[in-house]
Amino acid sequence: MLYDKESNAHGRYGIFGGQYIPETLMDEVIKLEENYNFYKNNLSFNTELNELLKNYAGRPSLLYYASKMTSDLGGCKVYLKREDLNHTGSHKINNVLGQALLAKKIGKTRVIAETGAGQHGVATATAAALLGLECEIFMGEEDVKRQALNVYRMELLGAKVNSVTSGTATLKDAVNETMREWVSRVYDTHYLLGSVMGPHPFPMIVRDFQSIISSEARAQILDLENKLPHAVIACVGGGSNAIGMFYNFINDKSVRLIGCEAAGLGVDTDSNAATIATGRVGVFHGMKSYFCQNDDGQIKPVYSISAGLDYPGIGPEHAFLHASKRAEYISIKDSEAVDAFEYLARTEGIICAIESAHAIAYAMKLVPLISKAENIIVCLSGRGDKDVASIAKYRGRDNIEI
Amino acid sequence: MSNIKNAFSKGKAFIAFVTAGHPTLDLSYEYITKIAKAGADIIEIGIPFSDPVAEGVVIQKANTCALKKGVALNNVFELTKRVRKNTNVPIVYLTYYNPVFNYGVEKFFEVLRELGVDGIIIPDLPFEESEEVLPFAKKNNIDLISLIAPTSSDRICKIAKNASGYIYLVSSMGVTGMRHEITTKLEDIVSEIRKITNVPVCVGFGINTKQQAAEIAKISDGVIVGSAIVSIIENNGTGDTDKITDYVEMMKNAITES
Repeated sequence: MLYDKESNAHGRYGIFGGQYIPETLMDEVIKLEENYNFYKNNLSFNTELNELLKNYAGRPSLLYYASKMTSDLGGCKVYLKREDLNHTGSHKINNVLGQALLAKKIGKTRVIAETGAGQHGVATATAAALLGLECEIFMGEEDVKRQALNVYRMELLGAKVNSVTSGTATLKDAVNETMREWVSRVYDTHYLLGSVMGPHPFPMIVRDFQSIISSEARAQILDLENKLPHAVIACVGGGSNAIGMFYNFINDKSVRLIGCEAAGLGVDTDSNAATIATGRVGVFHGMKSYFCQNDDGQIKPVYSISAGLDYPGIGPEHAFLHASKRAEYISIKDSEAVDAFEYLARTEGIICAIESAHAIAYAMKLVPLISKAENIIVCLSGRGDKDVASIAKYRGRDNIEI
Repeated sequence: MSNIKNAFSKGKAFIAFVTAGHPTLDLSYEYITKIAKAGADIIEIGIPFSDPVAEGVVIQKANTCALKKGVALNNVFELTKRVRKNTNVPIVYLTYYNPVFNYGVEKFFEVLRELGVDGIIIPDLPFEESEEVLPFAKKNNIDLISLIAPTSSDRICKIAKNASGYIYLVSSMGVTGMRHEITTKLEDIVSEIRKITNVPVCVGFGINTKQQAAEIAKISDGVIVGSAIVSIIENNGTGDTDKITDYVEMMKNAITES
């Protein structure tokens, strides 16, 4: 199987993708696709969106040369794509502004969304506040506990946060509950899906809105280095920042695309969320892709220190990038991610999200092996304020209040 | 005549749903046997799934309960085999797609034929994706039951044209579960379907009282009841399974008299 953008028509990425959803939602996703195809080429929509991205989200994000990290690791140059500096503190805002504006144009008055770490929920609540949309967020009970700060943030922004207690009470269950809510109220509600997953057209829409990361980064690196990077690296849960970081480099065959999955306590244990490493092809949440599942095809509970990567599946375009061998997917353990989190704080003075720390952890392994004449870009998908308390706890400091 | 078609030859059909292994496999066997004896014309057996996105709270809980007790696909097959030994009532499986895909679609449908299963409902496999299983369903004489929703509009034609067994008309938007009233203009949808096919149209989602059943039966070929039955089973626990007999008889009478 070769990666070929042409073979990705009709919501398929090779054998992956599709629309495996109840009939009750089919009409809505078909309309969504039609509306999206109209607005994506609509001048006034794009003018409005670009205005928001620039003056509200703060784009373009910086491509920062991490000189101390570079000299410390002693290999190729390290650049960080600073999505953490966006308004609301992560790459999630890129997709959220696009979809919220789209929802408004097509006459929806309410948006609902799932969230894991809370980054997507915060971004959605933010865009809803700005654009005057009603907003409800669904978040697993476990994540509500792990990410109490983000829960309050969403409430400050005027959103209602629903704690989801079904199943494993994490991200996958939040997705289930948001789908259930959507099917009850499609007439006025848009499901503002946060990752490159779910039924077509979501993986395409989210990828398009996130691809601004690599369209900027590609131009920035060519401007700074006059050459393409050796590799681009990003963390992968559902895979939205990774697809955003990869997309405009896919046709640059020399550029390695590296996705970092959450290995939790290790891929040889039951406590991980490394879908490519430990999952099999299946059908879930509207898409055919790789999923962590048991012998009977039941979706398995997954684990990662990072609530944002704690998902048993991966977006279908990533599944295809993997199957066609265009991208590489590696696993990073909790312990490695925490080390990288602390390393980046001490070395560059940047506290990044624990999700992004998975990408930093792999960069720390790769950089020393690559010639000084080369460069790599790591997508710093989010900032780490939300993680400070849980990292402190991980290190045995239980007395930190948030 | 196929077993499912046969079920509609005697008039309006009452279709009952249970989740396999809820509260235990033995009790499922007892309930299914009693439901069949009480006059249900078709029985839908739900294969428990970890993430039943189309289900409301009642059936979600039944799924979780069965999975916690370790109910696996093979146990559902064994249960079916036991049920088949003492009743010819048409059996329809309701399963999410991943357990089927994971088992191997071809092999899955062969097993269904061997077990004497008559039909299958896969709620997360809409018309557009059904080509993946249709050849295997046809080959093994298993009816792939199509769903039509209040929002199906333009899609009714192609879904109805390809329907077999019965059409599962979803009464209202949302997930499964009991509702006080059903406001969808079901007559209009039924007449749209009638223009295209003679395949029986049965209505499900939200129906739990005999009044609702009687109303729905007037405009359709059958009534599907899931959450209300699962709820009786849930509340009854390991108690007297005869309660289900009373309920099924009441509902069957209501639709027959309508």
